[in-house]
Formats: sequence, structure tokens, C-alpha cells
Amino acid sequence: MVMKEISLMAEDQYQRQQQRNAEDVKELWDLLDAVKDPEVPVLSLWDLGILRDIQRDGDRITVTITPTYSGCPAMDNISTDVAQLLNDNGYADVTVKTSLSPAWSSEWMSAEGRKNLRAYGIAPPEDAELDADGLTPDAHAACPHCGSRNTRRVSEFGSTACKALFQCDDCSEPFDYFKKI
Amino acid sequence: MSDQIKNAIQEYATRLGDDSVVLGHRISEWVSYGPFLEEDIAYGNVSLDYVGRARLFYSYAAELADDGRDEDDFAYMRNDREYRNLLLLEMPKGDFAYSQVRQLFADVYYTLVLPELLQSKDETLAGVAAKAIKETKYHLRRSRDWVLRLGDGTEESHKRTQKAVDQLWGYTHELFDMDETEQLLVNEGIAVDVSKLRDAWLKMVSDILTQATITVPEDSWAVRGGRTGYHTEHLGHMLTEMQIVHRSHPGCKW
Repeated sequence: MVMKEISLMAEDQYQRQQQRNAEDVKELWDLLDAVKDPEVPVLSLWDLGILRDIQRDGDRITVTITPTYSGCPAMDNISTDVAQLLNDNGYADVTVKTSLSPAWSSEWMSAEGRKNLRAYGIAPPEDAELDADGLTPDAHAACPHCGSRNTRRVSEFGSTACKALFQCDDCSEPFDYFKKI
Repeated sequence: MSDQIKNAIQEYATRLGDDSVVLGHRISEWVSYGPFLEEDIAYGNVSLDYVGRARLFYSYAAELADDGRDEDDFAYMRNDREYRNLLLLEMPKGDFAYSQVRQLFADVYYTLVLPELLQSKDETLAGVAAKAIKETKYHLRRSRDWVLRLGDGTEESHKRTQKAVDQLWGYTHELFDMDETEQLLVNEGIAVDVSKLRDAWLKMVSDILTQATITVPEDSWAVRGGRTGYHTEHLGHMLTEMQIVHRSHPGCKW
């Protein structure tokens, strides 16, 4: 009998999890959990979904990362942080590559990452109901501070390209909303 | 890949990089001059998206050129006559209406160009398109909203918006020109055949302008030359400012 499997994890997330469990690179993925996005320091590169691949060929290590937005100014910093951390842990031969394809999607963010974002005061993508065209709505993203939906968008573009700016009309706090792309 | 195709792709990537860096720089000129803080930030963000695209296109051009130059050499060490950007994108920022109308023209253009580029057989170009498409959706929503607000706003904002449309219209024809290089790449399934996109562009732009109570101009004049390096006076001034630090301190690192 063929059982139909119901996954509790999105397919993408499952694939990523499998990838990091591979025997020869597992310790490298674990080590790199210490590297955070410099602009959102509660998110590790893994949580954000921009750490795409780690390959090991003898002593040579190749790490592949992908930018969230074309102009993400943090990419150079992140590359340096990745190489530095691995160097500090005894891996001398490290190359960090940037790959554009497939394009980063906010779907790649981990469940842990979404929780941490909210606790940090940034509403994750799923905390708003998107417009019909898939873009950020002009109201009702859940406030990460008080949970109210009585909020409105103040600006399409927030403190970084990946965020929009909202304000809560109940607790009056402004907050960033991580855009879904 | 034959040398001829490789050179053509390098040229094509350079053109796309030039378009991106020139518009990105023009938009950045609004930073700290925006009408209010959020709009200032929006300009900064949109600018960054374009400068980011430029980096991706230039890095690819540099990789194909394989002559020791890098992305910075492409952006900072070429003169205006070596730039191959569309003239529309180099026009000075003008007033707020002028910049938003130019942005609308560009955003509608990229809304049509990028899905085509996504189909390119060249994986790098398709990869840049995949990222840029998502960004352009947000750009278009903003420029469309502004043109609607300004066109259908006060007497003054309407007047300025109409003036901007009239002044920029003649620069839009060039967006749909093809030459031998691009035709060669279209035949290879690599470049976008922009000549087929004008009708769709015209329809989208006309719908928005009409809704904004703005009159769509007659096609009475056209200026061309960006793709062959013949620019308006404005590009030279812009590049002077953009390039001076890099050229004054060659090889400087910090």
C-alpha cells in the first residue's frame, strides 16, 4: 500500500535541511550558524536563507551565498565574515561565491528565523495579507510589539530594501515589515 | 561559444550595466532632497536596486572581457562617449514630477523587458532578471501612484507632470531600437527583442497617464544616440561627479 505522506515542512525547507545534514559538511553548516546578517543581527545566514551551499573538496571549501536584493550592501561584509569565521576555525582555503540563480525568496527564511524576527520587532512576511498583485498591503500587518492588526503602511521602502515601514495605531509604535519577494 | 557571440554578450551586459548605473545615480541625487523622509528613503532604496543591478551586469561584462578590468573599471574608468546607456535615463533629475515621470517610463519598460530577459539562454543574464523582476514590481507601484497623485492633483502638480511627459516623450523611442549586436543575440535566444515591446509599453503608459488626466503626446520628435555613445551634455557632468573620487585616488582601498 502506498501511503500518502503529509509533510510538516515546506519542500524547499526539507531540501535545505537534507543538504546541511550531509556528513562531510555538517560541521561547516553548524559553524556558520554563528554568522549573522549585519543588518538584522537576530538572523543567521541560514535563517535568512541566503547561505545556499557548502562544498568540500579535500581542504578546499566553497561557500555559495545569494543576495536578497540586487543592491544588498551587506553582501561584501557577509562574504568577509564567512571566510573569516572558517579561517579562524582552521579552514585556510575558503572561497565565497555569490550566485544569483535561483533568485532568493523570502520563503527560504526558516521558522526559527521568523520567530526571532518578530521578537526583534520586525514583522515577518506572513504577518500581512498581501495585495492581489503579491505586494505589501497598505494596512493590517500584525504589529510585532502588541499583535494588533490596526496598523498602516507608512512607506513602501523601509530602513533597508527588504523592508517596508508600518505604524501601529493601537500601541503607536513604528515597525519594519519584512517584504515578501 | 564563438568570439563574435561572446563579444556581443559583453557589449550587451555593458549596455544593461550602463542603463542601471546611470539611472541609479540619477535617483540617488534625490537622497536628502526628498519631499519627506519616507520618500527620501524610498529613493535611496530604488537607487540601490539599480546600482546593484549595475554591479551584476558589469561583473559579468568584466568576466567575459577577461582583460584584468573589474566592475569598478567599467563604472568609473570610462568616459561619456564610451557609455552606452539610453538617453532617457541620463536626463537630470529635474523637479519631483519630472523624476517620477521618467521613473514611470523606465519602470513600465523594465516590467516588459525583464520577463523576456528571464527567458534568455544566458544563465547569468536570466539570473539578474529573476532578481530584478521582483524589485521592479515595487518600483512601478510607487512611480504609478505618484504620477496619478501629481497628474490628478493640484493645478500646479498637473502642469508640471504634463510638462515632464511632454519633455521626456521624445526620449522614449530609443528604448525600442535594435542594432546589429542585439539582433545577433536575439537570434541566439540571448537578448530581448525590444522592438516588439513598444505597443505594450504605449498601452500601459497611456492608460496610467489618461487616468492621471495627463494628455499622451503626439510622436512629433525623437532623440537617439545613447547606444552608440552620442549623449546629451548632461551625462558628462553626471559622470564627472560620479567618478571623481575613484579617479582621484586610483586603487585606493578602505
